[in-house]
Amino acid sequence: MSHRILIVDDEPNIVISLEYLMKKEGFQVALATDGEAALQQASAFAPDLILLDIMMPKKSGFEVCQALRADPALAAVKIIMLTAKGRETEVAKGLALGADAYITKPFSTKDLVAQIKSLLG
Amino acid sequence: MKAKYRFMLAACVLGLLMTGPFALTAALLFADAKDAEREAFAQFLLPRLPLGGLMTLLGFIGGLILLRSLFQQYVHGLLRMAETLRLMLGANHNFRVALEGPPEVRELARAANHLAQQRDELLTDVGDQIRNAKATVEEEKNRLAALMSELAMGVIVCNLDGRILLYNSRARLQFKALAQGPTSMSGGALIGLGRSIFSILERGQITHSLENIQQRLRKGSAEPTANFITSTRNGQLLRCQMAPVLRTGADSTTTAIVNNLPPTPPPGEGSDEVSGQAVPDHEKVLDNALGAELEVTGYVLTIENITRNFEREAERDQALQALTDGNRAALGNIRAAVETLLDSPEMEPDTRARFTRVIADEASAMSGRLETTMSRFADSLKTRWPLEDVLGIDILAAAARRIEERLQLPIKHEDQDAELWMRVDSFALIQAITFLASRLQDHYAIRELRLRLSAEGRMVFVDLIWSGTTISSETLYTWELEPMTVGAETSPLTLRDVIDRHGGEIWYQRDKAAHSAFFRIVLPAAVMPEAPATDQAQHLHSDSRPEYYDFDLFAARDAAGSGIDPERRLTDLAYSVFDTETTGLQPSEGDEIIQLGAVRIVNNRLLRQEIFDQLVDPVIPLKPEGIPIHGITEAMVNGQPKLDVVLPAFHEFCAETVLVAHNAAFDMRFFQLKEESLGVRFTQPVLDTLLLSAVIHPNQESHRLESIAERLGINVIGRHTALGDAYVTGEVFLKMVPLLADMGIVTLRQALDASQQTYFARVKY
Repeated sequence: MSHRILIVDDEPNIVISLEYLMKKEGFQVALATDGEAALQQASAFAPDLILLDIMMPKKSGFEVCQALRADPALAAVKIIMLTAKGRETEVAKGLALGADAYITKPFSTKDLVAQIKSLLG
Repeated sequence: MKAKYRFMLAACVLGLLMTGPFALTAALLFADAKDAEREAFAQFLLPRLPLGGLMTLLGFIGGLILLRSLFQQYVHGLLRMAETLRLMLGANHNFRVALEGPPEVRELARAANHLAQQRDELLTDVGDQIRNAKATVEEEKNRLAALMSELAMGVIVCNLDGRILLYNSRARLQFKALAQGPTSMSGGALIGLGRSIFSILERGQITHSLENIQQRLRKGSAEPTANFITSTRNGQLLRCQMAPVLRTGADSTTTAIVNNLPPTPPPGEGSDEVSGQAVPDHEKVLDNALGAELEVTGYVLTIENITRNFEREAERDQALQALTDGNRAALGNIRAAVETLLDSPEMEPDTRARFTRVIADEASAMSGRLETTMSRFADSLKTRWPLEDVLGIDILAAAARRIEERLQLPIKHEDQDAELWMRVDSFALIQAITFLASRLQDHYAIRELRLRLSAEGRMVFVDLIWSGTTISSETLYTWELEPMTVGAETSPLTLRDVIDRHGGEIWYQRDKAAHSAFFRIVLPAAVMPEAPATDQAQHLHSDSRPEYYDFDLFAARDAAGSGIDPERRLTDLAYSVFDTETTGLQPSEGDEIIQLGAVRIVNNRLLRQEIFDQLVDPVIPLKPEGIPIHGITEAMVNGQPKLDVVLPAFHEFCAETVLVAHNAAFDMRFFQLKEESLGVRFTQPVLDTLLLSAVIHPNQESHRLESIAERLGINVIGRHTALGDAYVTGEVFLKMVPLLADMGIVTLRQALDASQQTYFARVKY
């Protein structure tokens, strides 16, 4: 059974790579381009892991993360924050709000895939 | 007894002395003799009695003449001399006693003249010294004024009440430039001698900085100054540096001021627990050793408008942000695309083409971004929010004090690392903490707040913890973007602004195990070794301090006072002397104000630079018959602000002063009629020079301003403009104050009472 991955990012130029990568690894992929869509997809698509961007329209990644963690039904979902914000304080905030990993752009695709695989066990 | 009676008494005594013994002897002999002897005695004596009587009379006359001349020389002579001495004592210092009369009197006169001589020499000497001292002070003042006027920074000196004692023209210009609204006066006029600095700068900010300075002084800091940035009501940013004006505590008469200062809470109060925790014991010892000798009597503020600098700075920050975060994303996209391409040789040609396009797009966007960022970066100047290195527990203690004071919300301290230093804008941060506390109290009725301080790497965590109630995380997002308000106090900053200013973060977190929730504020840590305390104490006490602290400025403490107490002396109060020009004399029938002029009196001086002078558009047409009187034409009032703008500005100009006007009832009537529609009430006491003139010269026919000015010897120039008349009224008033004092009218209340009692007071418009 292949794992389901939700990619949440408003930039098509990164989504194209992520989507291709994930599909290549054999995951089922769904996309969301803003925070609200991400929350809907989280329930509808029931992903095992979410790649979550922070700077997005409507709801920021922080808010989405906090909302996801507040929902007991989604407690098992792994969250990787994937962002261009690299400040130490933001990393701390992301992890405090319940993200499982925090990866700053630019990142190595190999590392990302490795990280995802280790989280999904 | 008068000299004349004493002379008559002396004459009687002389008469008795000359006749008495003889008559007594005769009577005794007569009583002792036998009848025959008595007869022989009478026969012998009676015929010779006229001769004896005559001789006695002659002797008596001689005695009288002698007595009279002695009286003339000694008694009258001395009386004359006493009168002369009295004259010398008062009216004519150069007068001397004439050397006449008997030697003893002359000797006395000579001695008195010597004394007078000595006194005159002493007087001249003291006079010279005073003159010299005055000249020195004057010279120093001029030197300081010259020095200050050349400074490119605004300088304001205030006493502890926040009264402005000194300002330079730069400061005046800076605030004038900040003036908003269409009147020429608003803003700029608010800088003035005796005025409160709090009308310009936020009171909390000043008090907080003073507290900081006090604390540093107690610790023996080398630079007991405080920096802060504040924004004015119209959004300009001012950078202020505050330096204390110190006096060593040798002068015991002024030490009381120290006790009035806020930072040391009196023992036994609720805040004791907090301060006890926050202030280590060794500090208290220093407090006693140093604090007793140093006394802050006021402060010097240097002020710089950095709005433009700050805008540049914000721009620069944006540029940097664009360079880092913007390119980080682009680089991420490129890297992901490239790596995918490399790892996927099997990729379809058109998918490959899409990936190549991504790389090309992102690369060109990146170079464009780099280009614009670099050009913007080039004209940005380096200005920063002045973040200070502060001991973390000091900030929490101050915040706790503030929260308990303002919100009556109990604060507990939990796991506070006493060694942590952080780099913060302490005022803004304390405001932020207080704001959060107040929100929690208002919306979630929390009963207690705990403050925790911890660190991780280069980050310091400040946690605000409460039990029970949980909140939704959206709530914090909303609070972050609101301007921070606590009670009536509003900050122009939002919580987000404060956090961003520190490069920090804030979030809401729950601690399920402990049944509590907390806000965590992350701030940058600072490494701050405490400066050695030894040499600064010396620096503060050294004689190298500039001389101009010797000004009598700080004696003016309370001279302008806060609030207006009717028991205060007329000479101690600050006044706004004003006049209006109007379309006509019937305020109740629609006449309107067309010009308002005012000048301030502080410390018995008419401050001709601190004025209010404004034409007003009356909205109704001017009456042609009025134009020759006030000289104001339609063209002049067209386009001028209306009273709804001018009157509030004028109200602000007059704040905390007694109003003075000639025939004030007339002007006040105009104001009263506008009270409701404009929401401006003049509640301060009003003195009327017309009534005061009637008090001083009840028998004079005319109490018109010209007549009074003429009586008091004042040159009248520029009459019948509002400001011109205000000047004259002000001078008249200043001349009246000593005349009133001669009549026993010294305090404001006495002046108001006396005014009311005069006949004119009953005339109402």
